[in-house]
Amino acid sequence: MKHTHFAFLALLLSAATAHAQLHAGHGGDTMPGMATPTAPAERGAVPATGTPPHLLFGWAPPVDDRMRFNYVLIDRLEFNTGDTPDTFLWDAQGWYGGDRHKFWWKTEGTHQTQGPSAGEGEVQALYSRLVAPFWDFQIGLRYDRTWGPGPDRDRAFAVIGLTGLAPYWFEIEPALFVSEDGDVSARLTATYDALLTQRLILQPRLDVNAALQRVSEFGVGSGVNDVEIGLRLRYEIRREFAPYVGVTWRRALGNSADLAKVIGGETSILSVVIGGRAWF
Amino acid sequence: MNSLSLDRRNFLKAASAAGALAVLNRLTPAYGQSAHSGHGAMPALASMPPTVREIDLAIRRATIDLGGIAASAVAINGTVPGPLLRFREGEEAVIRVANHLAEDTSIHWHGLILPADMDGVPGVSFGGIKPGETFACRFPIRQSGTYWYHSHSGFQEQLGVFGPLVIDPVEPAPYACEREYIVILSDWTFTDPHLIYSRLKKQSNYYNHQRRTVPDFFRDAQRDGWKEAFATRREWARMRMDPTDISDLTAATFTYLINGRPPAANWTGLFQPGERVRLRFINASAATYFDVRIPGLPMTVVQADGNDVQPVTVDEFRIAIAETYDVIINPTEDRAFTLFAETMDRSGYAAGTLAPRAGMTAPLPPRRKRPLRTMADMGMEHGGSDMADMETSNSKKDAHAGHTTASAPAPAAADHSAHGGARAAMPDMPGTPSTEMPSAASPGTVTHGPDKHGAGNSMVAMSPRSRLHEPGAGLEDAGHRVLVYTDLRSLHPRPDVRPPDREIELHLTGNMERYIWGMDGKTFSEAPAPIAFKLGERVRLTFINDTMMDHPMHLHGMWSEPDNGAGAYRPKKHTIGVKPGERLSLDINADAPGFWAMHCHILYHMEAGMFRVVSVS
Repeated sequence: MKHTHFAFLALLLSAATAHAQLHAGHGGDTMPGMATPTAPAERGAVPATGTPPHLLFGWAPPVDDRMRFNYVLIDRLEFNTGDTPDTFLWDAQGWYGGDRHKFWWKTEGTHQTQGPSAGEGEVQALYSRLVAPFWDFQIGLRYDRTWGPGPDRDRAFAVIGLTGLAPYWFEIEPALFVSEDGDVSARLTATYDALLTQRLILQPRLDVNAALQRVSEFGVGSGVNDVEIGLRLRYEIRREFAPYVGVTWRRALGNSADLAKVIGGETSILSVVIGGRAWF
Repeated sequence: MNSLSLDRRNFLKAASAAGALAVLNRLTPAYGQSAHSGHGAMPALASMPPTVREIDLAIRRATIDLGGIAASAVAINGTVPGPLLRFREGEEAVIRVANHLAEDTSIHWHGLILPADMDGVPGVSFGGIKPGETFACRFPIRQSGTYWYHSHSGFQEQLGVFGPLVIDPVEPAPYACEREYIVILSDWTFTDPHLIYSRLKKQSNYYNHQRRTVPDFFRDAQRDGWKEAFATRREWARMRMDPTDISDLTAATFTYLINGRPPAANWTGLFQPGERVRLRFINASAATYFDVRIPGLPMTVVQADGNDVQPVTVDEFRIAIAETYDVIINPTEDRAFTLFAETMDRSGYAAGTLAPRAGMTAPLPPRRKRPLRTMADMGMEHGGSDMADMETSNSKKDAHAGHTTASAPAPAAADHSAHGGARAAMPDMPGTPSTEMPSAASPGTVTHGPDKHGAGNSMVAMSPRSRLHEPGAGLEDAGHRVLVYTDLRSLHPRPDVRPPDREIELHLTGNMERYIWGMDGKTFSEAPAPIAFKLGERVRLTFINDTMMDHPMHLHGMWSEPDNGAGAYRPKKHTIGVKPGERLSLDINADAPGFWAMHCHILYHMEAGMFRVVSVS
């Protein structure tokens, strides 16, 4: 970044010099209220510096290709009912930035709406950089919190990950997490949009969580902890808004399944979901 | 004559008079009024002394009427499109552009050869016109033909800041006609262009409602067999490319206009049966290629981008964004004809009527199925036949075989002996110097270099080739004569037949998924240094289109001569559509000192960074 700034400064300096030279002896015939056309003497005057004219003359650039945008995607906002107490789930992300560099945030979590109040949620704040035509590399922090019966617990992670479009149109989001205690875990999310019509879209979704170490406190075993497969059918009323219905099946595996059994939870959960997807 | 229409002479008087605004302040420009009776053909007045023609243009927000729907636009002298500016070759133009907006504006004189500081591109030729200011443009008119003018600031062109510009030649026009019309095509949206742009950045297929669906797959499988249908899908999916991606913007947001009128308002041009009528087509769209036809009426193309060409009669022609074509029609029957301009992606159309009397209509032609990109569009060696066009009924044809060669009728004032169906394979005109570089129109292909242009580019055309002889996506199987670039042969041989001194290769690149557009993988701000031409040199500029979109490339200030195999009779163009996977060479005499813009004329691609500055010194 630093040398880019320096190069820019040098460019500005050379532009200022060239500007001064070109404007020597120019002036006089300006009409009030009229923009000043370049004096005939300047016509065709191109300095050898390779400086673009907008820097040379202090104009705004001819196209505004550094525009920044703000994107918010509420990918899943759903009510979940089935083998476990009913829950409410949120999963949103968004970014602010330009073509290549973005600030990217993500949040997801669940909250039990039946029985005792309980839930878990996380927030991620990431720097995201376009590293390949279809891929963003992301690095940043994640903060988790669980609440519910018993004391609230939280922990923080460092995150590195990718997000992008894999061949065959799979949206893929792999990420690696290192907790403040040094525990390493990973997550992979993959989705695919199958167009039944231009507006009716069937989306299979896969979520896989794995960990290197067992963290009993959070119900995490080592190895592949759980796999969730979802199938959601959405109807895009507009591009930006689509209600959906779907089914999800979640299976806890290995140590995590054992841990779930210990606390009396289910290891295989089938749910029906109803929700909405929106972006702006 | 219809009371609403201004004839040309009155128009000129009005335009130069102080009270011009009052006359011009209508919802539609004079030439756009329906049941328009046209302009008389211009008499030849070669001995006219040079005069200064002064014109005042005021740019301000206005509410315009689109077939009964009020639309908020930016108008020139109160109308969208702006008034017809008509000059005579040899005149001195003085055009004062007053900015009544709250933001900077500008007017670029598209296709005109003029001093660099008069070209009207803010940030390249001048600093732009500030709110409340008036900019006086002054330049000699040294050419003739059909041109246009438009704002080069932000998205103002999409909002209505454009209009036609016609220059009558000193020498009498080579083709006689009794009547003429401006036919300016445009795309209107009721959505703020900034919002459109931000939607494309967030979801680039936002406006494509013609994507392939699962039922489409089953239909294909039934027709072509499971194996083939699956193989096609797999190939496209592997590359993460969508074969239905023909236009970023479609009828999902656009209403397509002829002379500012939507199809429902039915712009009508009148004719007397037996008359020869000249139609001056201008594609002033922000993002739409049109395929123009008049069912039942052949069109003889006599001019392209303002320059006379050897007449070639076709049933349909594709007009890239910012191109102009003049055609002559000769309706002999006492009936109405539909003027039909279908968008390249087939999502919509502009339509009007040509009729002997006002109020007549003719049926609209049946709509055609949207085309699909082919492997040729991806710059693959085996063009056209094997992959994506399987959805069209007679898809097994070779991409070129379905195209009928345009025939060439007798031009009024040109030797046409060597002009039988100007195709790529045609031998050069007699007198073509042997110094001519190997023609890019020859079927040879080139292999793409190792540079994949980084993250700003999602595809490379591995074997780009010339596609000047191809009609383009969706016209391969038109079943009638379609104009191709190899049909365009200048009426007069060019005086300068030097071979190019050197070649500059530029890759048109893009990342459709992220809606990033540039050249050589970089947006303008990532590569702002001018491309340097030496004054007086002849440069070969070779575009290689690595993207899957058509890009209408426009070089300001100098003529571009596409190497279309016509030798000394190459046409002079200001804008040329570069097809996906194409390698296209333009020869340019770098005879205009200063800074010039060079860019894709899809407004949103340009704003995204598909823009460069060329310096000539």
